[in-house]
Amino acid sequence: MHRFANPNRFLRIAALILPWSAAITVTLLVVGLYLALKVSPADYQQGESVRIMYVHVPAAWMALFVYSCLAGASAIALIWKHPLANLAAKASAPIGACFTFIALTTGAIWGKPIWDAWWVWDARLTSVLILFFFYMGHMALTSAFEDASRGERAAAILALVGFINIPVIKWSVDWWNTLHQPASIVRLDGPAIHASMLAPLLIMAASFATYYVSVLILRLRSEILARKMDALRLTRVRDSQEAHSL
Amino acid sequence: MTGFWLIVHRDVVMAWRQGGDGLMAIMFFLITVTLFPLGVGPESGILARIGAAVVWVAALLATLLSLERMFQTDFEDGSFDLIAIAPLPLEAVVLAKCMANWLLTGAPLLLTAPILAMMLHMDREGLAIFVVAMALGTPSLVFIGAIGAALTVGARRGGVLLTLLVLPLYIPVLIFGVGAVEAAVTGQSAQPHLLVLGGLLLGTLPLGLWASTTALKQALE
Repeated sequence: MHRFANPNRFLRIAALILPWSAAITVTLLVVGLYLALKVSPADYQQGESVRIMYVHVPAAWMALFVYSCLAGASAIALIWKHPLANLAAKASAPIGACFTFIALTTGAIWGKPIWDAWWVWDARLTSVLILFFFYMGHMALTSAFEDASRGERAAAILALVGFINIPVIKWSVDWWNTLHQPASIVRLDGPAIHASMLAPLLIMAASFATYYVSVLILRLRSEILARKMDALRLTRVRDSQEAHSL
Repeated sequence: MTGFWLIVHRDVVMAWRQGGDGLMAIMFFLITVTLFPLGVGPESGILARIGAAVVWVAALLATLLSLERMFQTDFEDGSFDLIAIAPLPLEAVVLAKCMANWLLTGAPLLLTAPILAMMLHMDREGLAIFVVAMALGTPSLVFIGAIGAALTVGARRGGVLLTLLVLPLYIPVLIFGVGAVEAAVTGQSAQPHLLVLGGLLLGTLPLGLWASTTALKQALE
C-alpha cells in the first residue's frame, strides 16, 4: 500500500489505467443503454417506466460503494497517515454525492407513476437521504478550515462515524417492512429478475464503477498537481524573500 | 477533588456565572414548542398526536445551541492546551465536558419537557414513558454532539456546520424517543423502544468519546 504513497509513482500508474477505464466506461455505457432502452422487455406491471431501474439501481449501489471506499480511505489515512488516502477520500465525496443524488431523483421520477408519490418516508428512502447529508457534511467539513489538512483529518473521523448508516441502508428493507422492495439481485437463492433485465443492469453497474475509477483518477491527479503548485509557489516566495534580504 | 470533577465543576460554574447556557437552551426550547400550537391550531386531538414529536425535535435543537461552545471557548483562550497536558487522559476530559454539558442543558430540558408535554395534552401513560425516554436519550445527544463540537473546533462558520454534521446522527434517538411515547399512548409496550434508547446510549458513549478525543488531538496538533 505504501508503494503508492509516492505521488509520482501513483501518477504514472494512473496515467496507464485512465485511458482503459475511460474507454471501458464509454463502451459499457453505450452497450448497457442500448440493451436497457431498446432490447430489454417492458415490465408487465410497470410498463416502460421499469427502464428507470437501469440507472436508479446502479447509482444507488455506487452511492453505497463510494461511501464505503471513502470510509476505507479515511481509516487508512487515520491509521497510517497515508498521504494519498486523504486525497482519495476528498476526491470521492463529490462523486458519491452525485450518485446519491441521481439515485434519489430517478427514484422520485419512478415513484410518481408507480407509487403515485414523488417521495414517501420509507426507511430505505430516508436512510439514503441521510447518506446524502453525510456526503454534504463531509464536503463542508473538508473545506471549513484555513489549514486544508486539518479539514481532511476532521472529515476522515466524520466519514468513519457516518459509516454506521451503510448497514442501516443495506438492511433497511428487511428491518422495516415498508414500501421500497427488498433486494432482488444479491440473494442466497439467486437473482429474482429475468436474464434479459439482469444483463443490462449489470453492464450499467460495471460502467458506473469504471466511471468512478476514471473520475477518481482525474480528481486525484488535479489534487496532486494543485499541491505541487502550492509548494512551488511557496518556494518561489521564499527564494525572492531571501534574495531581498541579501 | 480529582481532575475529572474539577473540569465538571469548572464548566458548570463558568456557565452559571456567564448567565447560563442552560437558561438560554430552556428559553429556546419553550419558545420553539410554543410556536407549534400557534401554527397547527389549538385542537387538543392534533396536539396530543404530534406532541411527543414536537417536544423531542425542540429538545434536539435546544441541545445544539450549547454544543458550539463546548470546546471552542477553551481552545480560544488557550486553556485547552493546559487541560491537554494535565495527567488526566483526554477521554476523561471529554467525558467530564459531556457531563457538565448534560447538567447544564440536558437536565433542565428533562425538567421542563414534562410541563410542555402536558401543555400539548399528552396523557398520563405517555408522560411517564416520555420522561424515561428523555432521561435515556439526552445523554446520547450530548455524546453525539461532542463529536460535532470537537470536529468543528476552529472551523469557519462552525455553528451551521455543526448542525449539518450532528442532526443526521440525532435521528435514531428521535425515532425511538417518539416511538416509546407513541407505543405507551396506544397501549402497547414501550419497553423495546426504551431498550433501544439504552442501547444507543451504550453505543454513543464509547463512539462519542473515541471520535471527540481523536478530533481534539488533531485540533491540538
